[in-house]
Amino acid sequence: MSHVGTIVKREFSSFFATPVAYVFIVIFLMMSGIFTFYIGGLFERGQADLLPFFNFHPWLYLFLVPAMAMRTWSEERKSGTIELIMTLPVSAFEVMLGKFFAAWLVLGVSLLLTFPLWITVNYLGNPDNGVILAAYVGSWFMAGAFLAIGICMSALSKSQVVAFILAVVVCFMFVLSGSNIVLDAFDGLVPPIVIDTIASFSFLTHFEAISKGVIALNDVGYFLIVISVWLYAGLVIIEHKKAD
Amino acid sequence: MISVKNLTKSFGDFTAVDDLSFDVKAGEVLGFLGPNGAGKSTTMKMLTGFLQPSSGRIEVEGLDIKRAGRKIQSMIGYLPEGAPSYGDMTALQFLHFIAEIRGLKGSQKRSSVDNVIEQVDLSKVLNKSIDNLSKGFKRRVGLAQAIIHDPDILILDEPTDGLDPNQKHQVRELIENLSKEKIVIVSTHILEEVAAVCNRAMIISSGCKLFDGTPLELQKKSRYYKAVSLHMSYAADISGLAELPGVADMEIDTKSGTVTLFPEVDASILPVITDLIHRNQLPIDDFFVEQGRLDDVFREITEAGVVS
Repeated sequence: MSHVGTIVKREFSSFFATPVAYVFIVIFLMMSGIFTFYIGGLFERGQADLLPFFNFHPWLYLFLVPAMAMRTWSEERKSGTIELIMTLPVSAFEVMLGKFFAAWLVLGVSLLLTFPLWITVNYLGNPDNGVILAAYVGSWFMAGAFLAIGICMSALSKSQVVAFILAVVVCFMFVLSGSNIVLDAFDGLVPPIVIDTIASFSFLTHFEAISKGVIALNDVGYFLIVISVWLYAGLVIIEHKKAD
Repeated sequence: MISVKNLTKSFGDFTAVDDLSFDVKAGEVLGFLGPNGAGKSTTMKMLTGFLQPSSGRIEVEGLDIKRAGRKIQSMIGYLPEGAPSYGDMTALQFLHFIAEIRGLKGSQKRSSVDNVIEQVDLSKVLNKSIDNLSKGFKRRVGLAQAIIHDPDILILDEPTDGLDPNQKHQVRELIENLSKEKIVIVSTHILEEVAAVCNRAMIISSGCKLFDGTPLELQKKSRYYKAVSLHMSYAADISGLAELPGVADMEIDTKSGTVTLFPEVDASILPVITDLIHRNQLPIDDFFVEQGRLDDVFREITEAGVVS
């Protein structure tokens, strides 16, 4: 496990050595600003909170996080460095964790850089900062879940485009799994308990619960489980088709 | 010591490595020869633990690669084919990264990095990103990461592929300077390289071992080994040459007019030929003893699939 830190350091600086991190952060900040003020109507609502800001996060992440995650393994395959890293005395598990944490840190930095919004609502009114903090934490965990899916899809393919599209589709299903679009597809085919389970997979339900200010164990736990499961799946894929 | 027994690797219907067995001892520089797609790289990938064998065993210093893969990987320095490295890093960052993964710390890390920079002559490009380096420098960075921890076993997959003659020479010198107590396995399809740096040569084709011996033994398999080629400035009677004792055959290249005399097995034909030349006062303007044409041997062995 001692190598995770080394991998995190390398991956993190690689995000900033290439334009990926900058592009991500700039787009994220711009889009969240647009969504919050124009579509969410932060001022018009007349309430001192950041709900219009956080409500759009799942939809922002849906495209931005897969774009960030698509290179993690695809690039290693494409450039052949996967052969290098897998023949160094470091386990695939450590590499996987390192890659995940590095990208998750970049996501965390992007979230932190939205602090002017927080200052704005605090200047204009008296928001419940506990709720805002909870929503930030929730958003970060949700971003982690999107990221884990993206990384797993990236492990599947040498092509970054394929990885991106697969990740968006899977993430989209997770965002929508509570809605009728997905549930109707399963209706009648599987017993109701399965449908209930699918419904409870939705990122939206869990994120909304946290962003209301309640960091419940089951919601945070849900995101942690999603992260672990997808990272593990990615790990299995990498170990079984290293050379493809 | 590396011990490989009945190593087989198949991808679907295709068998890349077929029942390969060999041992490599410390001090040996083994040249892996074979046409493209012969299974050289696949074998190396299994030796370094990147691929799992379909069947067979690999043992390194008595450890089974299936159980002690990580320990074995820490003993090996590996240059994969094409010398992949993280292009967005600078050469120095990359070497530090590898050194850290190899478990080197503090002053030990700094001195190994400095050492290796000197050994492969990287000081000019340390702060350039690897993407912007020339092919030769990229290859050197790859070599540097392979030897940074002073491994007992060095596995290099086509280390000189695509380099210019000067760079090839440097890489060969580097290998020669390393390999006193180490095991070095080099794959190549350049035959002169084997004669230049290896003390053992192995030819594989379609995943099977076709030849295993010293480069000299390989040369001896050539009909040109110790053959005498000569050229005359004007036409003269050479009928006596073919009848000399020990001469098995005579060939005349009609285009260049070069006469080549092939010896019988283990016969030394040089003295009798020089004698005859003196006696008949043949107008020789070019005369040399062939060392054996490895290209021919290579083609013969790999195309006919003759097992020696």
